[in-house]
Amino acid sequence: MSDLLLRVSNLKTVIGSGDSPVRVVDGLDLEIRRGETFTLLGESGCGKSMSALSIMRLLPMGGHIIDGTVELDGVDLLKLPEQEMRRVRGGRMAMIFQEPMTSLNPVMSVGKQIAESVQLHDNLRGAAITKRVVELLDDVGIPDPERRAQEYPHQLSGGMKQRVMIAMALAGRPELLIADEPTTALDVTIQAQVLELMGRLKREYGMAILQITHDLGVVAESSDHLAVMYAGQVVERASCRGFFNKPLHPYSQKLFDSLPTEQKRDRPLSVIKGTVPPLDSQFIGCRFADRCDHVFDRCRSEVPQWDLLSEGQGVRCHLYDQIDPKVGTLCLPTETVVEPCEQEKRDKPTLLSVSDLKVHFPIYKGLFKRTVGAVKAVDGLSLAIKEGRTLALVGESGCGKTTVGKAILQLIRPTAGSAKFDGDELTQLSRSALRTRRRDMQIIFQDPVSSMNPRMLVGDIVAEGMVAQSIGVDHADRQERVERLLEQVGLPVSAINRYPHEFSGGQRQRICIARALAVNPRLIICDEPTSALDVSVQAQILNLLKSLQSELGLSYLFITHNISVVAYLAHEVAVMYLGRIVEQGTVEEVLQTPAHPYTQALLSAVPVPDPERAKERIHLQGDMPSPAVPPVGCHFHPRCPQATDLCKQAYPDRVVLSDTHTVYCIHTER
Amino acid sequence: MGFRLSLAILLAWALAALFGPLLPLAPNQIELAQILTPPSGSELLGYDDLGRPLLDRLLVGARISFSVAFGVVLIAGSFGVVVGTLSGYFGGLFDLLIMRIIDIFLAFPGILLAIALAGVMGPGIDNLVIALSVVGWVGYARLARSQVLSLKQRDHITAAIALGSSEWIIVTRHLLPLIAAPLIIEATFGIASMVIAEAGLSFLGLGVQPPDASWGSMIRDGARYMLVAPHMVMVPGFAIMLIVFSLNLLGDRLRDKLDVRSNRTE
Repeated sequence: MSDLLLRVSNLKTVIGSGDSPVRVVDGLDLEIRRGETFTLLGESGCGKSMSALSIMRLLPMGGHIIDGTVELDGVDLLKLPEQEMRRVRGGRMAMIFQEPMTSLNPVMSVGKQIAESVQLHDNLRGAAITKRVVELLDDVGIPDPERRAQEYPHQLSGGMKQRVMIAMALAGRPELLIADEPTTALDVTIQAQVLELMGRLKREYGMAILQITHDLGVVAESSDHLAVMYAGQVVERASCRGFFNKPLHPYSQKLFDSLPTEQKRDRPLSVIKGTVPPLDSQFIGCRFADRCDHVFDRCRSEVPQWDLLSEGQGVRCHLYDQIDPKVGTLCLPTETVVEPCEQEKRDKPTLLSVSDLKVHFPIYKGLFKRTVGAVKAVDGLSLAIKEGRTLALVGESGCGKTTVGKAILQLIRPTAGSAKFDGDELTQLSRSALRTRRRDMQIIFQDPVSSMNPRMLVGDIVAEGMVAQSIGVDHADRQERVERLLEQVGLPVSAINRYPHEFSGGQRQRICIARALAVNPRLIICDEPTSALDVSVQAQILNLLKSLQSELGLSYLFITHNISVVAYLAHEVAVMYLGRIVEQGTVEEVLQTPAHPYTQALLSAVPVPDPERAKERIHLQGDMPSPAVPPVGCHFHPRCPQATDLCKQAYPDRVVLSDTHTVYCIHTER
Repeated sequence: MGFRLSLAILLAWALAALFGPLLPLAPNQIELAQILTPPSGSELLGYDDLGRPLLDRLLVGARISFSVAFGVVLIAGSFGVVVGTLSGYFGGLFDLLIMRIIDIFLAFPGILLAIALAGVMGPGIDNLVIALSVVGWVGYARLARSQVLSLKQRDHITAAIALGSSEWIIVTRHLLPLIAAPLIIEATFGIASMVIAEAGLSFLGLGVQPPDASWGSMIRDGARYMLVAPHMVMVPGFAIMLIVFSLNLLGDRLRDKLDVRSNRTE
């Protein structure tokens, strides 16, 4: 048995046929050793998932492999008849996907679904199968496996479902587990649980993992070797340590530069210009040439070959050619113009102050729709935003942060509490007064696709608010303003007469920002505006938001789950758990000296793109409870590592740590 | 190929309906010598039991079926869309009330209700259109309502509210254009079923009164002579079949073209 488990060489996969098939994978070479975690890293659309599906021979309709070999333990999988390939799938190689919701059959109990794959790969019968199912569920860390096996997918949380998927994959005791963005759809604390589980299983089962991800933090946490993919090709291959010490390819370096971090607060993030080239075109030079800062003549005329620099490390870039080494010019990070940090604006007047805000959604039951309870999405929340400042509202999915944003804008009428904007009580405003007031407060959504009407021209979309608020004298005047706005957000003026679907995700988000700016707002609520975007595009949007803030003095309520974005952008942070704020303070206070156990756990769960930094991780058990029946006492006590009996008795009082820093936990020292 | 043919058939139907009165037709002219003459080279579609030319009667009947079908779909469709859109958008008690009314309408078999209504109001084309519209609007209302309900949650509607746009703007610019595609498809199939409904009611004597011709009444007249002169039934029957088939084909094609859901799988 050799050390080498999987060798992929010169794999080429196309989708479609005819004159210009899309070459989604174009000459992929990989080597995966037994027991290691190998990561394919890259942004969306670069061919990572297609590579994995090609290895499994599970390509979608219209996709086929035209060249190359995939050798598992010396056997070329591409030459196997389908019958034998079926035994390899699930038996020697198994796969888990990003969306555990859609990967499970909703009308079968999870135990039965796991039993199916157990039956396929083990010669077991009757009670032995059940026993093995329970064993597998226990292996993936599901508490009370006998009972859970009887349950249906909708009764399990996202993290549980992903564990079930892993259990199914383990049923055949695979030698290689392919994990396609296994934690992308999960919250950070759950992501940390799943990553740890995969690491443990890898050791126990002695299997190798081929992991696909776009998250540098996840890579640093879990992998041994990695390959960076760009436009269907591997552009760099390295050991995890080597890569994080010194990324070689300009694209890899750009990925690091565009990550938002605290250290980059004072300057704009570096961005990758342009977009990924269409994969159905013929490349005569380097695929990255048009977007590269270090491009020179040869890049455009000659396809760079693979340069093996040392054992296991290689790069596809002319800069590293032996003939014409230009490495020396590269290692300096491109220093962008450093804007002086603005003066701390603590004495600025308060623009928005929310106190004791409650949003309860009633639960109806029975024929007469009796109210039997309420989902307390937001349950007594207070916050304040000063002019020209950014308050980040941080929390995991389901904690009610989006509802807060909508309730402040009165898009959902709050059940109780007050929201004062510049002295006006928003909850008391009449409909017409509120409609006029809306020009001061705008919102940007997570999904730029659904936040624009697909049947409206971009010009009309941006002008919509001006029409509604009667800004501008006539159509021509508004059109002129639209042109200025588009320029301001970095879009060509020609966009006016085009439809939203003609733009990329980042560009669409710019259109949404322009639409919000059109009414001259003073506060913009940003509801996860970058979480649907790639890292390099996220950097562009964050830069734009930051420069707009310093130009126009905007205030932001930035709703997010991404801690590194908070560190880069926010002035103040409020951490939310189950409808309430558990800790609030300036960004330094909350991120450097977190006082609440939940904040501490949340921060420790965030994967850091630095494999050297060993850190103490606080593991949270279980999932967030339902906001319909929050735990008695402190909401966090069932998951809290520091919980005592006292925590179960009453919700903790506010503890003031400094002028700005407050926390709700009885264990905090004043 | 089949699609082109069906478009040609529908075009011929529309032309006959629109320009029929300009043609020198004599649908009620009795030629006693030609009674029950089957179709032939010179007589085209033949004559009926009273010696009236079937071709002329067919063309006149096309006008009836065309105007009834389009009239009903237009009236029922616009009323249903307005009611359904408002009901879905505003929700609450209004929505509850509308939905219960729709449930009551759906509790009756549609055509039976139309027969009863037409019977009470008396025969005639206008009463036929009214009766079929009263039965037909519920389908459009339900479709429009369900589309609006799913659209209402989309971020661009929320953004429009956040910008302070009026309800009128939201309904006309953000909702109606986006629900148009499924409604147009539904209307195409609706026209087909109205052609059949009109023929059915005329067959029962509730539509056009003798001696005027409609496809349904032509079939009724011919039914008595089915064994001796089958062409009397076959001519209008075949016309109905061709029109309905073409409309359904057009509807399928429109669904493929307009429906976002089937396009997305590409």
